[in-house]
Amino acid sequence: MSDLASFFLTYQSLFSFIGLNSLLALSVYCTLCCGQLSLANAGFMAIGAYAGALLTQNAHAPYALALLAGALVPALVAVPLGLPVLRLRGVYLAIATVGFGEVVRLGFVNWSYTNGALGLVAIPQKTQPWMIWLALAVVMFALARLRGSRAGYALEAIREDEPAARSMGIPSTRYKLSMFVAGAAIAGLSGALEAHLTYMVAPNGYGFSRAVDMLVYAVVGGDAVFYGPVAGAAFLTVLPEALRGAARTLGLSPGPLRMFVNGAILLGVILFLPNGIVSLPRTLRALRLRKASRAALG
Amino acid sequence: MLLSVEELERSFGGVRALDGAAVQVARGEVHGLIGPNGAGKTTLLNVVSGLFPPTRGRILLGGDRIDGLPPHRIASLGITRTYQNIRLFPGLTALENVMVGAHLVRPGDTLRRMFFLPSARADEARARDAALQLLSRVGLRERAHDRVSGLSYGDQRRVEIARALASSPRLVLLDEPTAGMNAAEVQAVAAVIRQVATQGQSVLLVEHNVQLVMQVCDRITVLNFGKVIAHGEPAYVAGHPEVIAAYLGTAA
Repeated sequence: MSDLASFFLTYQSLFSFIGLNSLLALSVYCTLCCGQLSLANAGFMAIGAYAGALLTQNAHAPYALALLAGALVPALVAVPLGLPVLRLRGVYLAIATVGFGEVVRLGFVNWSYTNGALGLVAIPQKTQPWMIWLALAVVMFALARLRGSRAGYALEAIREDEPAARSMGIPSTRYKLSMFVAGAAIAGLSGALEAHLTYMVAPNGYGFSRAVDMLVYAVVGGDAVFYGPVAGAAFLTVLPEALRGAARTLGLSPGPLRMFVNGAILLGVILFLPNGIVSLPRTLRALRLRKASRAALG
Repeated sequence: MLLSVEELERSFGGVRALDGAAVQVARGEVHGLIGPNGAGKTTLLNVVSGLFPPTRGRILLGGDRIDGLPPHRIASLGITRTYQNIRLFPGLTALENVMVGAHLVRPGDTLRRMFFLPSARADEARARDAALQLLSRVGLRERAHDRVSGLSYGDQRRVEIARALASSPRLVLLDEPTAGMNAAEVQAVAAVIRQVATQGQSVLLVEHNVQLVMQVCDRITVLNFGKVIAHGEPAYVAGHPEVIAAYLGTAA
């Protein structure tokens, strides 16, 4: 018992970050699952983090209320933002949403009320690991039940061929907007949870690289099913910890090694596992079958 | 008249693809739309289904104007379609494709599914059964769980027909539904088309297989250069001098 307990205690913060990164990856999945490449979620995360932190720090609001605001405020921002930008397709949507993220970041940098670039510090530490895991469980459950529903089929149809989906009577704009807003709420919630875990928020934590990190979790894990992004986030969050040990034995500094391995994994997944690491078993099975049939044919 | 297309014009740059075309489709009628390549047949289907708005003219469905409405609104008013260049959802199975087609007739169940309500499960089972039945109707029951990207060309067209019928539309627009099919498959599709009409639904059929058109259509409209050159019953249209001239070319 004590072994297991000490293992969890040692790695408690790592588990919390796996949960948070999984939530962020799922927020990106919300838009990916209907074919939209949006990079706005780092901006939504920032809005959620600041909204939650300001409520607990300045207004001494109950934590539940702060978390609710952390999800709702970015969701409200997502509606007027989504209506025009979701008309854009592919790379144009990505560029517009990167622009939004930068506007949010620079807005907080220049806002003296939130201490500009320094951000908020000494935020009360109110996040317990179970809260993160509960939030992740709820989001995963909702996405799992969405599959197979009328809306789930509509989202898959939009991802596969939006004009064809529209000619089946599917109001694609409404569905895309709903998932954009849902993604914003999830990103904002994880922002608020993270702020109350690490005691601080600063604008530069929510820049372009954060937006790309979330996307990489989802793509490496696999964006075809809801558990793919979670697998990707868990894998890429644990990896640096594992590499630290490897780097020490090799006598290398862990920082550059981590970036190199991350890049190599992303490249490998895109080239060999287009459906992410969750498709690895299926790909291996197909390979084995092909090998067996080739052997049978002589 | 169920569908009434009046003085329809549609230009692409300097090209006038439709130049005052008119088509009338009655309830329960199979209406053929034929004409040489580039006559504007597919353009007419695209405008009626809302893929793009007409430059001029009116489209009425059951007496109400529908021209210029977005495609999903037109579908919800009762017009669905298939595409000349097959537009199925390639990553989904045949069954899933047909279930997407049932979007308009399947009750919303997202919230009910979150709470595992039995009514949601019943609705899902009903939608699945209806989709399977449609696949049987087009002869693809045993292919239901295959991904459509792996199906033959003719099978994909039949899935598309089933998908278009899944919302029980008042009017189905079929754009060359038998292209790439063998004779037996063509006859199977002909039977499906006739069956749709006997249920009171209407069909607007664009088709190059003249024999099939003569066989299944109640009336035919012939387009050439975006204009109607003849319309009426198959026998009348087949003997019309302008139709013969358009298809075979006039003697110089």
